[in-house]
Amino acid sequence: MNKSIQFDATGKLRHFLTIDGLSRELLVRIMDVAESFSSVIDQQVKKVPLLRGKTIVNLFFENSTRTRNTFELAAKRLSADVLNVNIATSATSKGESLLDTIRNIEAMHVDMFVVRHEASGAAHFIARHVAPHISVVNAGDGSHSHPTQAMLDMFTIRQCKGDFSKLKVAIVGDILHSRVARSEILALNLLGTAEVRIVAPKTLLPADAEGLGVKVFHDLDQGLADVDVVIMLRLQKERMSGAFLPSEHEYFTYFGLTGERLAKANPKAIVMHPGPINRGVEIDSRVADGPQSVILQQVSNGIAVRMAVMSMVLGGNGAATGGVA
Amino acid sequence: MVDFQLSVEKMLDRLQAGLVAEITRRELRDPLMIGIHTGGGWIAEKLHRRLGLHEPLGLLNISFYRDDFSQIGIHPRVLPSNLPFRVEGRDIILIDDVLYTGRTIRAALNEIFDYGRPAQIVLGVLIERDGRQIPVQADCIGGRIDLGPDEKIKLSGPDPLALSIHCS
Repeated sequence: MNKSIQFDATGKLRHFLTIDGLSRELLVRIMDVAESFSSVIDQQVKKVPLLRGKTIVNLFFENSTRTRNTFELAAKRLSADVLNVNIATSATSKGESLLDTIRNIEAMHVDMFVVRHEASGAAHFIARHVAPHISVVNAGDGSHSHPTQAMLDMFTIRQCKGDFSKLKVAIVGDILHSRVARSEILALNLLGTAEVRIVAPKTLLPADAEGLGVKVFHDLDQGLADVDVVIMLRLQKERMSGAFLPSEHEYFTYFGLTGERLAKANPKAIVMHPGPINRGVEIDSRVADGPQSVILQQVSNGIAVRMAVMSMVLGGNGAATGGVA
Repeated sequence: MVDFQLSVEKMLDRLQAGLVAEITRRELRDPLMIGIHTGGGWIAEKLHRRLGLHEPLGLLNISFYRDDFSQIGIHPRVLPSNLPFRVEGRDIILIDDVLYTGRTIRAALNEIFDYGRPAQIVLGVLIERDGRQIPVQADCIGGRIDLGPDEKIKLSGPDPLALSIHCS
């Protein structure tokens, strides 16, 4: 896929489609901007007028509650107008092609598409075909990429742990089907994480696992030893077409995160999960709701990070270092 | 480049005296002081101490309220605004370093009103120059200067505070 499509001719971020091809500086900048937006919730009016007059379209071809809601709230906190297109009841389900759908919404003078699609590469495809003034943000495409989730997780890790170069991070679960894992591995490595581990049964690992710049573990106890951050992944039942697992119960026995297993990690380790959680499948409720869990902090951070990405993509490109008073 | 370093203290004295008079004239009750990041924050810090105000100093970063966002985008490190008090129904002294086009003050007022509805706002600036683009005037000033269209006045600091004029 064309990585440069994310930038315009001047080098400004125009689309946000994948972590691949981005610089460490840009990831840090996204987190810095998100940090600034975190203070907006202290205001009586939880809004800033940056994107007033802009129209953002949530184009979700796949079900999502948390991601769509946080994108919508992020856009509204930036004062943008938001259009939620429900694909299940839209013309696409009546046979209209994807490009026809895009062209029709473009004709409504919109400024950004936030796209979730079950097919890998869908957001890139739309980005290649939209009008020059429109930006595309990938809200998850197939098992390829989910860059805003990765960034909100990086932001949460930075908030809780600080310096990435001292951290051991374990990503546990269904790596094979996880767009979150792919984006996170890229981001963690770009940010200079000391050690990135993936822990999964062999059937839920991609063939090129070793080439991702990670240490691979098939045993959860070994994989969790001394880690500072545990990222649990959801078992993606809807993406499993083959016989990947004997049973959910057996998966929990070997790869479910319990309090006993978490004790192998650094005592101050944080537990993360992109949601939705399958309680009793990949994570025990006592851990998900326990003192080391930052799962709800991730949700809150999702709004600030998505505000940062949307404002950076739709903002101008000058050096905003002062300006006239 | 002209160096105004010596006169900043005098301007601060004048601004302080003006504010004291304005506090009396408008009967400000236990006013809150808010400085606009960055230069206004430096000036506000000094005035806050000089006036012996009780409430902590607030700092406003108007980056999210600028009217030129679509041209210049977002600053990578926007220090968050910090208003450690409720502004609802309160009297506020808003401080900036240079009043030029008036756009920064417009943005600052918009932001303050997103935190609540103050009773009164008094605007104090260290120095005002010509070139207003919107109808904003200061209540108290430390000094005034007329500059050419290519000239800019800038406060550096925080220690020492110094004003300088640059040609662009």
